[in-house]
Amino acid sequence: MKVLLVGNPNVGKSVVFSRLTGVDVIASNYPGTTVEFTKGSMRIGKETFELIDTPGAYSLEPRSKAEEVTARMVKEGDIVINVIDATNLERNLYLTSELLERGVPVIVALNMWDDAQHLGIEIDIEKLEEILGVPVVPTVAVTGEGIKELVSRIRDARSPKIHKHTHDERWADIGKIIEQVQVVKHRHRTIWERFTDATIRPVTGIPFALLIIYFTFQIVRFIGEGLIGYVFEPIFELYKPFVMELSRFLGPGILHDILIGRLIEGEIEYMESMGLLTTGLFVPFGAVLPYIIAFYFILSILEDSGYLPRLATLMDNVFHRLGMHGHGIVPVFLGIGCNVPGALATRTLETRKQRFIAATLMAIAVPCMAQIAMIFGILGIHGMEYIYLVFITLATVYFLGGILMNRFVKGECPEIFLEVPPYRRPNLETLLKKTFLRVRWFLMEAIPWLFLGIFLVNILYTIGFLDLMGGIFAPLMETWLGLPREAVVVLLVGFLRKDLAVGMLLPLGMSPSQLVIAAVILTIYFPCAATFATLVRELGVKDMIKSTLIMIGTALIVGGILRIILLGF
Amino acid sequence: MRLTDLKRKERARIVELTGGHGFRRNLETMGVREGKVVEMLTRHPVGGPVVIRIDNLTITIGRGMAMRVMVQRL
Repeated sequence: MKVLLVGNPNVGKSVVFSRLTGVDVIASNYPGTTVEFTKGSMRIGKETFELIDTPGAYSLEPRSKAEEVTARMVKEGDIVINVIDATNLERNLYLTSELLERGVPVIVALNMWDDAQHLGIEIDIEKLEEILGVPVVPTVAVTGEGIKELVSRIRDARSPKIHKHTHDERWADIGKIIEQVQVVKHRHRTIWERFTDATIRPVTGIPFALLIIYFTFQIVRFIGEGLIGYVFEPIFELYKPFVMELSRFLGPGILHDILIGRLIEGEIEYMESMGLLTTGLFVPFGAVLPYIIAFYFILSILEDSGYLPRLATLMDNVFHRLGMHGHGIVPVFLGIGCNVPGALATRTLETRKQRFIAATLMAIAVPCMAQIAMIFGILGIHGMEYIYLVFITLATVYFLGGILMNRFVKGECPEIFLEVPPYRRPNLETLLKKTFLRVRWFLMEAIPWLFLGIFLVNILYTIGFLDLMGGIFAPLMETWLGLPREAVVVLLVGFLRKDLAVGMLLPLGMSPSQLVIAAVILTIYFPCAATFATLVRELGVKDMIKSTLIMIGTALIVGGILRIILLGF
Repeated sequence: MRLTDLKRKERARIVELTGGHGFRRNLETMGVREGKVVEMLTRHPVGGPVVIRIDNLTITIGRGMAMRVMVQRL
């Protein structure tokens, strides 16, 4: 039996989902921004049901790719749990009415029941059940209230016979229902609500947004550095004698090269040795993971609190000039975590043009957290100004690239049109679960590529392929970009994992300015394999070829300009 | 008058959505419908979006779309 959770965006579907499934969740896609579905299982009595959380939709006549997924899935469900926001009954009933027309058995979860009561909204549930002809259960998913009753009544889900409605008939019917079941007491807006309004007005909202972004990065750094200093570095120090022992035991040879890598002055250097058990473990766990944990925790807070739609509204003016609209900030934010979910998040944009621009710009100018952590690692010792230089360059590329693509890419750019949900206090348990799922997802995605990268580098060095490549690309690397010819190897590794590639810059003995050029090019020239595969799926082969040409072209132009500015002719 | 003519904190009733079927349906499924009372929360400068409230919904609408929503001031 397939049970689907269907509802408008921001009605707490995902919270209902995690209440119903407990801990055993299979995230078939990237958790959090449900642009595809999340699957889990749920036991009722002796039976196990498959529970699927669909992307939020206002209607079954889809407006975006995310809504298409929902419309398609409804056809395959055996039972639909329609999650409704009790504070916005009227608007939510539109989707309910569409669902009932489809003839699939429906049960309604009237969620945020407590909020409705605080807002002075009274809903006659019995009457609503009677009119709709399906069970209606009031719930408060964040506290778990009503979930038991919801579960016990799932089998009562019904598909009442109703005739096809036109769009206008549907609204007329909903109007009648509202008249019969809902009473709203008038009340004044509270101080808290007035404050929340201030965060979406430009005069007060923009300084607030800058503060939020500033603190986001400070907190990520603070947590990340704390985790490294107090947890991960001590662990790797304890681990070192064991690998040294193994190194002595193995003796020189190909196996030693692959597992341990090269010893530098008789010692293991975690960043440079390039063995599976040294660099292969240190890069993901020692250098990158702490920041990934920190970033995803903060990102989850931003998402669950409801701040992102406000940020999208405030940024709309800028993003509109880049051919997108305010929602374009979401792929950027997610892309900073990892470009793969960033690429998936472009689906929330409506047209091909917007998705193309958002995806291409993200792949070009948004380094992922793994890469950022490594950039801090190699450039931080030379001074923060070099790190700023990398990010200012990338931001400039993002905006100029957007302005140009807006002009030359054909297609429509619809305007921003989105709901701004009320602020909600994030639930710690949900936050931790979300962070955990995302971190686990990251590790499973990253480590195979990292190992493959290290393995290939060792093999290709041994057979001399990398020296050959260095020779072929020497004119480009040395003359055009001002980098040592060996840096071409780094670009090759960047196809697999960018964090590993950035780390490989270290032994090349480059000046800080050269490191800046290399870090910028490494971001722009091409996405990593995982992102590339995702982008091909999202954009299609033809658009991906165009996008790739833009990436390589941009890398050459920006690299050349930086070289002239930083190194001279 | 147009929705974009409202000043901050002003309230009005929506009288017409001037646009094709797709445009109307798009607004309506989000809760922006004829007969509804809207309050202007903020207008972003230089052609930016407007933010309105309808019942308990807060909605951001691009300037061009908002210009096609006709209202009557209350």
